[in-house]
Amino acid sequence: MVTKRLFACVVSALLMAGCGSDEESNDGRKVVNIGHVGPLTGPQSHLGKDNERGAALAIDEANQSRIVIGGEVIEFRLLSEDDEANPQKGTVVAERLMDANVAGVVGHLNSGTTIPASKIYFDAGVPQVSPSATAIEFTHQGYETAYRVMANDEQQGKVLGDFAVKTLGARSIAIIDDRSAYGKGLADEFESAVKQAGGTIMTREFTDKTKIDFTAILTTIKGLDPDLIFYGGMDAQAGPMMKQINNLGLTANFLGGDGIQTTQFTVLSGAEGEGVYASSPGLPLGQMKGGTEFRDKYKQVYREDIQLYAPYAYDATSVMIDAMTRADSVDPAAYSPLLRDADFPGVTGRIRFDERGDLKGGSISLYRVTSGAWKYIETFGGGE
Amino acid sequence: MDIFAQQVINGLVLGSVYALVALGYTMVYGILGLINFAHGEVVMIGAMIALAVVSALLAVSPDMSPFTLILIASAAAILVCVFLAFLMERLAYRPLRNAPRLAPLITAIGISILLQNIAMIIWGRKYKMVPQIFPTETHEIFGASITSVQLFIVAISGVLMVGLLLVVHFTKLGRAMRATSESQRVAGLMGINVNKIISVTFMIGAALGAVAGILVAGNYSVAHYSMGFMLGLKAFTAAVLGGIGNLGGAVLGGLLLGLIESIGAGYIGNLTGGFLGSNYQDVFAFVVLIVVLVFRPTGIMGERVSERA
Repeated sequence: MVTKRLFACVVSALLMAGCGSDEESNDGRKVVNIGHVGPLTGPQSHLGKDNERGAALAIDEANQSRIVIGGEVIEFRLLSEDDEANPQKGTVVAERLMDANVAGVVGHLNSGTTIPASKIYFDAGVPQVSPSATAIEFTHQGYETAYRVMANDEQQGKVLGDFAVKTLGARSIAIIDDRSAYGKGLADEFESAVKQAGGTIMTREFTDKTKIDFTAILTTIKGLDPDLIFYGGMDAQAGPMMKQINNLGLTANFLGGDGIQTTQFTVLSGAEGEGVYASSPGLPLGQMKGGTEFRDKYKQVYREDIQLYAPYAYDATSVMIDAMTRADSVDPAAYSPLLRDADFPGVTGRIRFDERGDLKGGSISLYRVTSGAWKYIETFGGGE
Repeated sequence: MDIFAQQVINGLVLGSVYALVALGYTMVYGILGLINFAHGEVVMIGAMIALAVVSALLAVSPDMSPFTLILIASAAAILVCVFLAFLMERLAYRPLRNAPRLAPLITAIGISILLQNIAMIIWGRKYKMVPQIFPTETHEIFGASITSVQLFIVAISGVLMVGLLLVVHFTKLGRAMRATSESQRVAGLMGINVNKIISVTFMIGAALGAVAGILVAGNYSVAHYSMGFMLGLKAFTAAVLGGIGNLGGAVLGGLLLGLIESIGAGYIGNLTGGFLGSNYQDVFAFVVLIVVLVFRPTGIMGERVSERA
C-alpha cells in the first residue's frame, strides 16, 4: 500500500514536471524546459557530462539576463536525459522528452543515437540542435527540425581530400576503412573529394573493429606504392596499424579523421605515430573567438577542464534561445522558422544554417603528431 | 619487395600464433571431448599479466635488461594462467564431467564472459599500449621484410610445438595423456590418475596460451580485455580445420589458416577482378574451412570419426 502511494506521488510529480510551459517558478517567472541528451553513463559518459555542462552554462546565462519572451520573464530549465550512446535508449528518452513538452532539444552526442531520435523530434515538431553528431544522414532526411552546430563528415571528407591532394601533393592514395557507419561514411566522402581534386585512388581496403593485424592489406598497399594512406576509423586500430606500416617499410603519409585525432592514438602508436595527419571539426579551443573566455568560465564553475564538445553544446543551446527571443515565443512552431535563419556569434564561431540545417561554412582543423602530441596546423573553411 | 613472399611471411607469423593457441583447444578436446571456449580468455589474461608485470618492473627499475624483464613477465604470466586453468578445470568442468555434453560447453562460454569482464574491471576498457622492450630490427628474407619480434614468434612457437609433440609421444606423462584420451575408465584401471592427467592437460594448454598472449601483445604493441575472443575463435577454427583432437593437425591448421587469411586478403581483389575486396577475408577463410569439412568431416589430419562432438 505504501509503495503504491509512493508510486502515485512519483507519477504525479512526473506529470507535473510534464506540464512544462504552464509551470511557474518561485519568483513568478514562466518556466521553459529545454531537453538535453547525451551518454551520461558508460564509456563515453565524460563526453556526455561535458555536453550537459556546456548546455547548462548557456541556460544559466540566459536566466541571469532575465530574458522576456511574450511579455513574461522566462526561467529556462535543462531536462537532461541519458541515452548511454545506445540508439534504442536514444529513442526512448526522446519520447520521454516529448512527453515532458520540452521547447527544444540539445543533442544527442553520437550520430548513431541522433539519427533515430531525430524522427521523433520531427514528428513532434520540436527543433533539435546537435552539438556533435557529424554523420551526413542526420540532416539529409528532410526533417526541418534537425540542426547541428558542427561541420559534418561531408565537409570533413572534402577538406581531407583537398589537403591530401593539394597540400600534401599526394597523387596516388590508398584508403582503408573499418566498415563502421562513421569510418565508411568518412572514407566515401574522402574518396570523392580526392577524385575531384585530381588524385587517384589506388585501392580500397577494409578491416573491422575487432582486428589488430593489418599486415595483409598493408602488404597489398605497399605493392601499389601510394603517396598517402587514408584511414577511416578509430584510434584503437590506427595505433597498432602505424607500427605495422613502419615494420613493412611503408613510407607513405598517413591521414585520418577525428576518430584518430585523440590522445589515445598518440599513446597507442608511440614513436611510430610521429608525422601522422588528422582532422577534427571546428577550431581548436584556443583559436575560437570566445574560446579562452569560455574555458575559464567552465573551469570556474565546474573546477574541471573541458573534455571536448562543451563549447558546441553551449552554442547549440544559445542559438536556440536566441531564436526564441527573436520569435518572441517559446512555441516550437513559432520559433522554428527563425532558427533556420539564425546568425549568431557563438563561442565556436559564427552560427548560420543552410536549408538542411547544416552549419554554414563549418570549419575543419588539421593536426599533425609532432614529438608525440597533436599539433595544430591550420583551419579550413569557417570564414569569420 | 616481393609481395607474395611478404604475404607468406605475414601468414606464417599469424599462423604460428593461431597454432599455439589451437594446441590448447585440441589438447583439451582430445582428452575430454570438451571445447574449452574460455581458452582465448586465458591467452588474454596471459598478455595482461605480462604487461602489468613489465609496467611495474619498468617503474621500479627502468634500466633492467630486456631479457630479465621478459623472463620475469613470462614466468608470472605462465604461472597465473596455469593456476587459472587449474581452478577452471577443478571448479567448473570437473563437477560437470558426467553431465550432458551441452552443460560444460555452456559453462565454458560462461567462463569466457566472466573472465573478459573481470579483466575489464581490473584493466579498464581502453586499449593498452605495450611498451617496446626489444628494439625492432627489420630483416630481409626472400625480398620480404620480417621484424626480429616476428622471427622470435615463429621460432618460439616452433620450439614449443615440437617440445609438446615430444612430451606427448615420448614421455610417461604423454603416454598417460594418450591413454586417458582413448578411454578414461580403462586408463584409470591401468593405474593412471585420470583427474591429475586432465588437470595437467589444461595447465599445459594454458601455459602455451600465456606464451601466445605475450607474443601477440609484443608483436602488435596493444593489449585489450577483448583481444582473446576473436583470437580464440580463429584458433578454434584452425583446430577444426586441422582435425580437432590431433596435435599435428592443430599446428597444420593454424599455419594454414594464417596463410589463407593473409593471401586471401592480399589477392582476393585480383582473383575476382575487383568484385570482392579485402572485406571478404574472413569469409574466404571460412569458405575454405567449409570446403575442407565437406570432403573431410574430421578435418585434414583427423583420423577417427568422433562420436562425442
